[in-house]
Amino acid sequence: MNEKVRVVVAKPGLDGHDRGAKVIARAFRDAGFEVIYTGLRQTPEQIANAALQEDADVVGLSVLSGAHMTLCPRIMDLMKKEGLDDVLVVVGGIIPDQDIPKLKECGVSQVFQPGASTEDIVSYIRQNVRKK
Amino acid sequence: MAKDVKERPFTTVSGVPVEQLYTADHIRDLNYEKDLGDPGSPPYTRGIYPGMYRGRLWTMRQFSGFGTAADTNERFHYLLKHGQTGLSVAFHLPTLMGYDSDHPMSEGEVGKCGVAIDSLADMETLFKGIPLDRISTSMTTNAPAAIVWSMYLVVAERQGADWKRLRGTIQNDILKEYIAQKTYIFPPRPSMKLIVDTFEFGTEHVPQWNTISISGYHIREAGSTALQELAFTLYDGIEYVEWARRQGLDIDDFAPRLSFFFNAHNDLFEEIAKYRAARKVWYRVMTERFGCKNPKSAVLRFHTQTAGCSLTAQQPYNNIVRVAVQALAAVLGGTQSLHTNSLDETLALPTEHAARIALRTQQILAHETGITNTADPLGGSYFLERLTLDMERGCWDYFDRLDAMGGMVAAIERGFPQREIQDASYEYQKAIERKEKITVGVNEFVMENEPPIDILLIDDSVTGRQIEQLRKLRQTRDNDRVKTTLKSLHEAAATNDVNMMPSILDCVRAYATLGEICDELRSVYGVYEEPTF
Repeated sequence: MNEKVRVVVAKPGLDGHDRGAKVIARAFRDAGFEVIYTGLRQTPEQIANAALQEDADVVGLSVLSGAHMTLCPRIMDLMKKEGLDDVLVVVGGIIPDQDIPKLKECGVSQVFQPGASTEDIVSYIRQNVRKK
Repeated sequence: MAKDVKERPFTTVSGVPVEQLYTADHIRDLNYEKDLGDPGSPPYTRGIYPGMYRGRLWTMRQFSGFGTAADTNERFHYLLKHGQTGLSVAFHLPTLMGYDSDHPMSEGEVGKCGVAIDSLADMETLFKGIPLDRISTSMTTNAPAAIVWSMYLVVAERQGADWKRLRGTIQNDILKEYIAQKTYIFPPRPSMKLIVDTFEFGTEHVPQWNTISISGYHIREAGSTALQELAFTLYDGIEYVEWARRQGLDIDDFAPRLSFFFNAHNDLFEEIAKYRAARKVWYRVMTERFGCKNPKSAVLRFHTQTAGCSLTAQQPYNNIVRVAVQALAAVLGGTQSLHTNSLDETLALPTEHAARIALRTQQILAHETGITNTADPLGGSYFLERLTLDMERGCWDYFDRLDAMGGMVAAIERGFPQREIQDASYEYQKAIERKEKITVGVNEFVMENEPPIDILLIDDSVTGRQIEQLRKLRQTRDNDRVKTTLKSLHEAAATNDVNMMPSILDCVRAYATLGEICDELRSVYGVYEEPTF
């Protein structure tokens, strides 16, 4: 059995700002996670599918364009349909405070805003991941 | 607890070690005539005009755009009323990626991080009541720059404005998109062809227009060091000149219209050194490497924007201070125009209130601090001159490596600049987490339970309104004319040896949408997929 935490890091939508996604992917690797980076401009369908195909324990979404309230709920719906309810989903990016409760309501586990440290994100995942 | 100050390394924001004291010994290799020159004289290290801001202040140009064209038009009128001296348009992501607002990929993005422009009709609304022959306009658009510029030119044409009098800039810098910001559509080769076409067209028809703004801003935002920002940007400039010459253009015809765009980060002296070195290196590149004859070809003019990535979501009012220091660096470095970020930009697009404070910051620097009284006031500082010389030397080292790889397009295909930037950004993040670098309010001087600030929310009705307008446009325009012009565009693209601007202008005049024009070009040029590194 593979003991490593498997994380899919994905960038939904048209936004190309991938500094955060790349930094976090590297921090996850340094923390010993298995990281699958989807690349840019993934549709919600592609992301849900990657989570399924890669047998992900965690999906990390990075959105900086303001489209998170359209894209994240859709990804959550698709993942539920695939039976991926036990996958931990975390979101990072330019996410205003008032959107956080709404994202959590649709199943996002945690939201990391600008200034979040990679150490905090890694330890959040370690504490909350449900390893299959 | 923060580390004791004594344990923290003394380095610039970019991690370059700094000594305790700089003296005349540190600049023994400096030769005034060769390395500095008076302001307005080669190699322009000290600035491009003898009197600098005595003659004219920098252009205060705040980047803005959100919602529909009508929403942004209102913000433009507001900014002009408050003393802004030039316009700068932010487009939403679908426009930047060549999709119409009703494309499935545009869902959730319409009007979010810029203004939604689908066709000439939107562009007409955007500039309603603004005489284009009396304002200068910068447009941040890259992959579809030739199309967006064509829309602007046609709006001017219909206002009765002479193209020869139009002033402004299209960013039009695709290389830094592959390197850093990733807003690309077509592969490098056809993209470079389109860019050279705009150089050629501009030289002949819109001679006062800056047909490119070769940008380091986004490279820095992606996490590069100051030196990487400078070296990759100037080398991108070299690449554009090489491609234009290969397409048969005379360097002295287009080089005076090349402009640059740099970031202003927190490290005051490192940033000033970067701007001073930029002018000097470009002067040497243009005269020594390319042998330009027109003195204007060797003068580097640049826009600056303060560093978005330096702002914090925590205690956001502190950002006003960061922006002021960064703007100070830009002015002391001799910028030609400046955008100051608003305090709330890590949270959302700026509110009117936040945007006004950002503009006022520039006005205070210009009118209250005395820094505009003399040109290059810091020239001769042992520390600054050392930094400037080192910055220059670092550029030549990078240029040698890039030359050896066969130029920037080849280097991008190998992932070289991308990897250099990723390494630097990861190192920076680690330094913050080790507290070797302090960010006030984030890893030190933290406050719990901060009160929230008001932010700009983009009304959800924007998408519906924009798509409805687009639907009406497709019904009311002359669709036969659209088809004919798109067909001619396709043929021109396929021959690959004619300037694309006239066919694009014809499509725009017929109200073909941006998405339709880009689809036609995609069918000939293909699309770029980033290799994974």
